[in-house]
Amino acid sequence: MKLSEQVGPYYGEYGGRFVPEPLIAALDQLEATYEAMRIDPGFIAELAELHKTYTGRPSIITEAKRFAANYGDIRVFLKREDLNHTGSHKINNVMGQALLAKKMGKKRIIAETGAGQHGVASATAAAFFGLDCVVYMGEVDTERQALNVARMKLLGAEVIPVTSGSKTLKDAINEALRDWVANVDTTHYLLGTVAGPHPFPTMVRDFHSVIGYEAREQMLELTGRLPDAVAACVGGGSNAIGIFHAFLDDEDVALWGFEAAGEGVDTLRHAATLSRGTPGVLHGAKSYMLQDADGQTMESHSISAGLDYPGVGPEHSWLKDLGRASYHGVTDTEAMNAMRLLSQTEGIIPAIETAHGLAGIEHLAKVLPAGAHILVNLSGRGDKDMETAAKYFGLMGDK
Amino acid sequence: MSSVNDTLLANRESGKGSLVGYYPAGYPTVKDSVDALVAMAENGCDVLEIGVPYSDPVMDGLVIQIATEEARAAGFVLGDLFEVIRRVRARVSTPLLVMSYWNPVLRFGVEKFAEEMLVSGAQGMITPDLVPDEAAQWLEVSQAKGLDRVFLVAPSSSNERVAANADASKGFVYSVSTMGITGERATLDALARDLVGRVKSLSKTPTCVGVGISTAEQVREVNGYADGAIVGTAFVKAYREDGLPGLVAKTKELAAGLG
Repeated sequence: MKLSEQVGPYYGEYGGRFVPEPLIAALDQLEATYEAMRIDPGFIAELAELHKTYTGRPSIITEAKRFAANYGDIRVFLKREDLNHTGSHKINNVMGQALLAKKMGKKRIIAETGAGQHGVASATAAAFFGLDCVVYMGEVDTERQALNVARMKLLGAEVIPVTSGSKTLKDAINEALRDWVANVDTTHYLLGTVAGPHPFPTMVRDFHSVIGYEAREQMLELTGRLPDAVAACVGGGSNAIGIFHAFLDDEDVALWGFEAAGEGVDTLRHAATLSRGTPGVLHGAKSYMLQDADGQTMESHSISAGLDYPGVGPEHSWLKDLGRASYHGVTDTEAMNAMRLLSQTEGIIPAIETAHGLAGIEHLAKVLPAGAHILVNLSGRGDKDMETAAKYFGLMGDK
Repeated sequence: MSSVNDTLLANRESGKGSLVGYYPAGYPTVKDSVDALVAMAENGCDVLEIGVPYSDPVMDGLVIQIATEEARAAGFVLGDLFEVIRRVRARVSTPLLVMSYWNPVLRFGVEKFAEEMLVSGAQGMITPDLVPDEAAQWLEVSQAKGLDRVFLVAPSSSNERVAANADASKGFVYSVSTMGITGERATLDALARDLVGRVKSLSKTPTCVGVGISTAEQVREVNGYADGAIVGTAFVKAYREDGLPGLVAKTKELAAGLG
């Protein structure tokens, strides 16, 4: 079987459904609806039309010549998901799932968010489809990302700060799952990444796979051949899976995921789940995760709220073990330098998450042959990160 | 000591009914949790559930979340669980089940965890986020070691799943009274009675009802149709507010709902 034909519940030994029994019926309903819709010509056409007229697809490819010049004899191509409505790849999944929620007759969606990008995308889709929307967000993140909280509220969503546990993305997912257990009849949980119980990892991947399918065609048209490597940042892993998927069976195309190494993978302050984690169960699936000797989830750290997560989607764990994709850590410092470099060489300010993928190019330039073509998923724009960047680079006040 | 199954059946036979009490290991300290569990056994709990503090308790409401977070902050490690079991077992003969989310067990090693439970004196385990579909190893190990395994059924479960989960369970099957997380509720859902009716018609495994039970009246009501009432949040809250005397009083108060 082709790698790209693999679907859940299991990716090798990873995936599954490690959730309380009350949620199983909802997962079964979601799976059955999705299985019917993914091959339904009407649903496919409706979603494609939404992407064309609302999301802004297809997204373009920009060759980053001045940026690439810093790394020697390579060519770098950016898949511009930052130009999508709401400013990141997240909208691809959100429009798909919101449409499914409508088909299931659910009037309310709930979502978790870390940096706020998925929350904003969910609130956007809820407004568009006329659904009620509640977004769970760690209290720490609501303070770090106050502007995104305001965006969600302006879009009509209710934002609930989560005060349990470490008060970040991990705990926001726990709280969303608790809400879902209690309100499963009326509510769809619009999970924002390729983690969680089946069918989420497969379904979210499928909704994002449009990124890679478009890019594969565009690269063939632009350069007459496939790229030598495809790169993306990896937190939960949705934008990486989205761009990898179309290339899984192209053996000559190397796939590279760049994780948040925070202050360094040899410190305790990182989010490099695949590089430094061990297999375990978190948020409903078996996958690599950051855990202590007792199986307690460890707190992750990254300057990027969107990568600050101690788990990762099960398909990435499978691709890692198979050796089909490689994963490498990028520190806060390396990511911030890449953010500045792309801004100043190309006039494109990337999200800090995305900057991890860009920073990885320095590593790829060393391991790939001269003249290599590298396709990078430019998964989101950096407007939301301006406060962090301004502080980091000392761009405010007298400086 | 008698098994969980025998205890529930004997209490049902006699018309008394059963009170199953949950309390987290290590809250507020290891020693205090031993005294708390012993007091619950001595004042009317027929079966004890020892909770394992865990970083991501998705089935639990705030009261249990906070208590288990405090236990971890106070230094609880998994090895303490078996120490709590040993010390409780040394003082009372009440049947005793561990209640744990799956990852701590998986990380410790399923076989090794089972062996430690057996050696320290626990009768088995309740697994709130492990459904039988994912439990191949636990089914095998618990069978081989003669340990009880308690899975959940919920109002949303299909008849096929109710039958399968009940039949896969040993000791009892946990009927979740309502669609929601642990915590007190003023009234019990009619959903609980319907669910227990389905369990009874589809399986021979006894069933206890949990989630939302906090009064003697609810304990009486549930024992009218099920094999036991499970209480957690109300006990943890009583200890939190009034210490061991508060827990003793709450146990006596709820046990008064038994026949």
